[in-house]
Amino acid sequence: MADMILKPNEKLDVREILKDIDKYEPRRRGWTWRKPAPGLKMGPFEYKDCSEPLKNSVPLPPAKYFDNIDPQPLPVITTEIASGRFEDDIRRMRMAAWHGADHIMVIRHMGQSHIDGLMEGTPQGIGGVPVTRKQVRAQRKALDIIEDEVGRPINYHSYVSGVAGPDVAVMFAEEGINGAHQDPQYNVLYRDINCVRSFVDACESKKILAWAGILQIDGAHNANATAREAWKVMPELIVQHAINSLFSEKVGIKPENISLSTVPPDATPAPVLYMDLPYAVALRDFCGRYKMRAQQNTKYICSSTREATVTHVLDMLISKLTSADIQSTITPDEGRNVPWHIYNIEACDNAKQTLVGLDGLMDMVELKKDGPLREMAREIKERACLFMEEIVEAGGYFEAVRQGFFVDSAKYPERNGDGIARNPEGGVGYGYIFEREEDYMAPVTAHYGYNNVEQYGGDPENPSALIGGCTFEDRSKIVFIDELDEEDTVNVRLEKVKKYLDGEALKPEVEWCADGTILLTMCIPANTRTAEAAALEIGKKMGLDQCEVISKEVLQDAEGTRIEMKGKVTFDVDPTTLEIPPEPHHLDDATLYKEFQDHPMVVVCGTVGEDEHSVGLREIINIKHGGIEKWGIKVNYLGTSVPVEKLVDAAIELNADAILASTIISHDNIHYKNMKRINDLAVEKGIRDKVIICAGGTQVIPEDARQTGIDEGFGRDSHGIDVATFLAEEAMRRRGELPPREEK
Amino acid sequence: MKRADDFAERRKHIANLSDEELYNRFWDLTAQVVDPLLELGRKNTTPSVERAVLLRMGISSLDTQKIVEGCMDRHLMGHGAGHVVYKVSKDKNISIREAGEALARGEYWDDAVALFKGGK
Repeated sequence: MADMILKPNEKLDVREILKDIDKYEPRRRGWTWRKPAPGLKMGPFEYKDCSEPLKNSVPLPPAKYFDNIDPQPLPVITTEIASGRFEDDIRRMRMAAWHGADHIMVIRHMGQSHIDGLMEGTPQGIGGVPVTRKQVRAQRKALDIIEDEVGRPINYHSYVSGVAGPDVAVMFAEEGINGAHQDPQYNVLYRDINCVRSFVDACESKKILAWAGILQIDGAHNANATAREAWKVMPELIVQHAINSLFSEKVGIKPENISLSTVPPDATPAPVLYMDLPYAVALRDFCGRYKMRAQQNTKYICSSTREATVTHVLDMLISKLTSADIQSTITPDEGRNVPWHIYNIEACDNAKQTLVGLDGLMDMVELKKDGPLREMAREIKERACLFMEEIVEAGGYFEAVRQGFFVDSAKYPERNGDGIARNPEGGVGYGYIFEREEDYMAPVTAHYGYNNVEQYGGDPENPSALIGGCTFEDRSKIVFIDELDEEDTVNVRLEKVKKYLDGEALKPEVEWCADGTILLTMCIPANTRTAEAAALEIGKKMGLDQCEVISKEVLQDAEGTRIEMKGKVTFDVDPTTLEIPPEPHHLDDATLYKEFQDHPMVVVCGTVGEDEHSVGLREIINIKHGGIEKWGIKVNYLGTSVPVEKLVDAAIELNADAILASTIISHDNIHYKNMKRINDLAVEKGIRDKVIICAGGTQVIPEDARQTGIDEGFGRDSHGIDVATFLAEEAMRRRGELPPREEK
Repeated sequence: MKRADDFAERRKHIANLSDEELYNRFWDLTAQVVDPLLELGRKNTTPSVERAVLLRMGISSLDTQKIVEGCMDRHLMGHGAGHVVYKVSKDKNISIREAGEALARGEYWDDAVALFKGGK
């Protein structure tokens, strides 16, 4: 089906996805797990718990030291995307897939759960996208193409909740959705949808999910996010997980397609592992026959992305010490705004980095079989058991909801009386429950409950045969609705950003094409209130629009505040006017061998100043690291903390053709001062015309280095080949075989 | 309801259960909680369940709610909205989709009521 093939260096054009969208058919149904690859060998390493690698991906930054390997952990990795414009989310999906996400969850438009029926078309959403057939189809189609590009199936996920749950479930089954949230308790507690209605609807929804092989995720983690003191709801969390899971299993969903959304309830400065690890063990003891989708804590997330990242890494340590089939990720910026592109990517990388870093851990450590871990886990399980017992004693689930059993902030059996109470004779959708008559009939597949097809000679095992198959057997019966509102559609939105989509203009973005938003990080040496006002003034003077400080962290009450501020740039960049410097070019081996054979080159080198760093320079010179010795350059290494005078004197003494100085320390621009000093000394001693002078170091900017009078500077990421190429070409220039360099 | 933590007292009858016994007790209790909910789903229907039936029968999402409202107004929900469409299509010898579209336009409802002998 996917006629489109993406090229890694070309942008995915959403307009192409939308062509012939009415004819698209999903390529598969159901959920896909990663394929384990025990003993996987990549680069110099062997992995215990990884999965099959990707065809195309972006590895972690330090991978450049290890042949760019990109091992992929075993759990499926989730990323949640919610910008309100599905067309822009598609581009984020591609970026996330390249960073290892294979479970892409689309957050729903606020308020959709109270809409009675399917939404259609492509209206813009708030806090998420309006989930419609066209939107789902376009995103699933895009993911087909993206999964071909990265080389791993991608699970696409949305929500079956609200008063149109069964309608949505049917559409998802028809459109190839692979995972879905479905938990009637969520409707009851947080959306005030009538509880009888919620459970009757849930029976039908779950039956449909079961038919489509859709992996179901529950909503219990919301109790953690809602309760005032989150760590106290552990017994209730287990109760909520159990109710939805067993209910689903009894409707017909296979246990391996029932996944608990489990979240470590606490965050530092609480001693999180001591509190959350026993909970994780207790939950897996009781619910181990279902899958675990390990969520990360959002309850206590603040505006610091660093703090959120550490919390999430600790949460993943719990995943590793217990189990996680799906590792969900929360974007580190969720405490400040709707997630931005870059933070979805950070979250995926955080998960990949942590889980790969913990690879094989459980071959070396194990959880103690006795002591506080098991005692605390047992206590949580007993409390959960007593909770369930009291629901039965109260007269069942609806009575318990009426009495406010759930989301009470005390640790069960203690009660604070602040739980969410709902009236079974009230709420949205109350009064719309109809008892089925004896002749009740529904001639469709995956229908739950009493269904008298026998009255028409139908087969209870195959009710839809009465109408020659329903949409689940015959896709041609699906009615595709394109758009309902001419103005609020994807085509209108795409037309407005056409010049950006066509590459005629560039603008930064965090969520939507050309939204213009950028983020500035700064340290302002003032108290918080002054710093915030100063930051806004800085933004104004920089010409940014709609500046807003989104994070403030005290460095010290008086001395300084760390500020992160967003703002919008008000101009476009015309890519045709950009001066893009040429990529550094390298001479080939043969040319370099010949140059240094015909014109032998002697080099003196060392790390100058009071500086004991030697690794960088060794990488540049040492033959083992692809250094300049490889091509026949004769190197005299003087060591570390070499005075500049000694370097120049050695050059004279050894009749050297070049001086290489390594300058790592950069305080007070000492690195540039040393370069100038070497140049001046060489002039003073009359050898400047003879020697080529180069300097390198992590803080060296080539242009600034040349300003000091030396011939060339080499910054971070320079290698022997860069230096050898320069030395060869500079020697050729001095012999008149190459034209002089153009001064900039 | 406010209540102090009476865990020490309340746990007495389960304190001596083995981990396996505790597990079994927990899931037996869970079954007692969910079984009546499953029974409710078996015996009842709702507008959204019926819309979901109509969708699978190949009826447009723009029409499903109209048909369900027609059924609710005439006390036909207990027979199934899909059943109403099915019976009308047989009676008029038209396709399911044609029957659905006609009912959504407000046609054939008197026939539908008559076919189910006046509804409930």
